[in-house]
Amino acid sequence: MAVKINAEKCKGCTLCVKQCPFTAIDMVDKKAVINDKCTACGACVEACKFGAITKEEESAGKDLSAYKDVWVFAEQRGGAITPVVFELLGKGRDLASDIGDVNLCAILLGKNLGDMTKQLFEAGADIVYTAEHDLLENYTADGYTKVISDAIHEFKPEIVLYGATHIGRDLAPRIAARVNTGLTADCTKLDIDQETKGILQTRPAFGGNLMATIKCPNHRPQMSTVRPGVMDKAQVQPGRSGKTVPVTLNLQESDIRTKILEIVKTAKDMVSLTDAEIIVSGGAGLGDASGFELIQKFADKIGGVVGASRAAVDAGWIDHSHQVGQTGTTVKPKIYIACGISGAIQHLAGMQTSDIIIAINKSPIAPIFEVADYGIVGDLYQVVPELMEAWG
Amino acid sequence: MKILVCVKQVPNTNEVKINPKTGTLIRDGVESILNPDDDNALEAALQMKDQNEGTTVTVISMGPPQAADVLVECMAKGADDAILLSSRAFGGADTWATSNTIAGAIKKIKDYDVIFAGRQAIDGDTAQVGPQIAERLGIPQVTYVEEIVKCEEKKLTVKRQLEDGYEIIEIPTPCLLTAVKELNTPRYMSVGGIYEAYEKEITVWSEKDIPVEADAIGINASPTKVFRSFTPEPKGRGIMVEGTPKEAAVKVVEELKKKHFL
Ligand SMILES: Cc1cc2nc3c(=O)[nH]c(=O)nc-3n(C[C@H](O)[C@H](O)[C@H](O)COP(=O)(O)OP(=O)(O)OC[C@H]3O[C@@H](n4cnc5c(N)ncnc54)[C@H](O)[C@@H]3O)c2cc1C
Ligand SMILES: Nc1ncnc2c1ncn2[C@@H]1O[C@H](COP(=O)(O)O)[C@@H](O)[C@H]1O
Repeated sequence: MAVKINAEKCKGCTLCVKQCPFTAIDMVDKKAVINDKCTACGACVEACKFGAITKEEESAGKDLSAYKDVWVFAEQRGGAITPVVFELLGKGRDLASDIGDVNLCAILLGKNLGDMTKQLFEAGADIVYTAEHDLLENYTADGYTKVISDAIHEFKPEIVLYGATHIGRDLAPRIAARVNTGLTADCTKLDIDQETKGILQTRPAFGGNLMATIKCPNHRPQMSTVRPGVMDKAQVQPGRSGKTVPVTLNLQESDIRTKILEIVKTAKDMVSLTDAEIIVSGGAGLGDASGFELIQKFADKIGGVVGASRAAVDAGWIDHSHQVGQTGTTVKPKIYIACGISGAIQHLAGMQTSDIIIAINKSPIAPIFEVADYGIVGDLYQVVPELMEAWG
Repeated sequence: MKILVCVKQVPNTNEVKINPKTGTLIRDGVESILNPDDDNALEAALQMKDQNEGTTVTVISMGPPQAADVLVECMAKGADDAILLSSRAFGGADTWATSNTIAGAIKKIKDYDVIFAGRQAIDGDTAQVGPQIAERLGIPQVTYVEEIVKCEEKKLTVKRQLEDGYEIIEIPTPCLLTAVKELNTPRYMSVGGIYEAYEKEITVWSEKDIPVEADAIGINASPTKVFRSFTPEPKGRGIMVEGTPKEAAVKVVEELKKKHFL
């Protein structure tokens, strides 16, 4: 795909220059000219009022019809399936029905798979590909890349989804490089293009200032990592079952070059933040670390968990695992209460799809009010105790 | 030891704002900076250099000619030399094609013990280029490194950040590590360093100088294609609740009850 400017139609208005997120358009002799920073995002095509900019699509040319089915990487840690996997199965089911006549599959690696296969069937998997081996007890980039890349070659899935977790984001790029296909990072929306049946992957870029929809037209499988906490979880259907297919394993000790000496779980409540129905978050407006005592008290009273802005985390008032936003956790609770948070775009990126947002800020022009369902201008130290009282 | 650090020049996205009326990006006055995680990656390399005599640090960037600015900045902090991969043919690359290009340059360099990259670049936020370079070179990787625990002959011990804890991992060299901000506090440029950096020359390579196929680089080789880009729709502004703190609190709770949230 390439963006072309028709110099005859170009009026030199510079609208496209202003719209381009990549500074990829220069004005040369009063005409727009594309430079080498262009990523063919097409922002300029829509900006041009004179139809002077067009985007050419390449034709596929390659035969991709051997690739079928939607796969989900069933990440597990210590025998427990990571929560995002159930979100991927929920979305994967939608994608499979939109493509039509394909299976939803999971690929599960580990030492003892126990009843994890059953959980995957109950969450909607038609087929679970399994790899059970001593060397797969814990995640390693080397071991997992080899097993999954081999399985992709053997079974040819059309789409593979991974959670954008620390493990998913370590693994998926290596697989993409090995099987030579594209990978779209940290997607927040996935759809099927009804015309081509290809996947449309939407993700934030430029710190959430811009959204981009990405295709992978000529390579298979199409692969994405998906941000945890964004997709709806699959409905569990107790007793539902499916087919288990062991993959061909060709794994030696020498394949795994790294050695895990220790795995330590610190008491963090990352998981409860994504699952919480109510979140009370505190920001720099708390003034100091002790402000979180009030936030905690409020959260305890109303059955919520504590979140935080990055400014509060950076100040050392609370652990990073509480951070909500682009570089923290994405949350979608029923009720999100922001106390003393300004509402920077990176924070909004992680919470603006909450069902109800309540914001308390003493500045009436704080951007958080632009996304709040209920805004209260006032001092949080006066408003929060009143809210606790009124909650009953 | 020979250490390579992959660095990228990025727009300071913290300053990028959207004009709410036109929906366009406001770029005026937005500076280009060294990608924050890459600064931590460089700092880790420089600390290894400080602790191990005879260590050299080479910084590599792929980008337009002005990306040379960040390479000068890295040398002013203490990197020994710098390579800029710059050519029209590299333009518009996705992570697949970018990693091919950078790995091509590293194949040409040949001898190295450790490659550092940042975890992710703040313009694209993909965190994919580091692992993909490692894959192209056939070397092991650890991502999200938050501490270098031990540095020995032919092997490193590092702490890898996880969402709910960490892992301690031993990895043989040559290897690739990606840095998160918790790894260290980057140093500032020194006056002497700035002076020296401007004296040094930056090596510039195009596709002709490195072992890569023409069909593995740039926009045409990239498997992913941007189909459309748009500014996110802001969620509408709701109700501003007036009154004393008490009145406001009571009103909000009433509303929640009315809507059956409570
Ligand atoms: C690459 C990158 C990634 C980022 N990722 C994230 C992220 O994931 N999450 C995140 O949150 N941020 C993130 N940020 C930071 C973000 O840009 C903001 O700096 C941060 O969210 C600000 O936090 P804050 O709202 O708590 O602080 P401030 O912006 O300082 O706002 C404090 C607010 O409190 C109000 N206030 C003060 N006193 C009171 C009081 N007594 N009662 C009521 N209100 C009061 C003030 O009016 C103000 O609006 C990121 C930035 C970058 C560059
Ligand atoms: N053009 C580039 N030149 C040099 N290094 C890069 C480039 N793009 C990405 N990197 C490295 O890869 C890391 C991850 O980038 P990304 O995958 O774009 O989020 C960055 O922090 C850099 O260390």
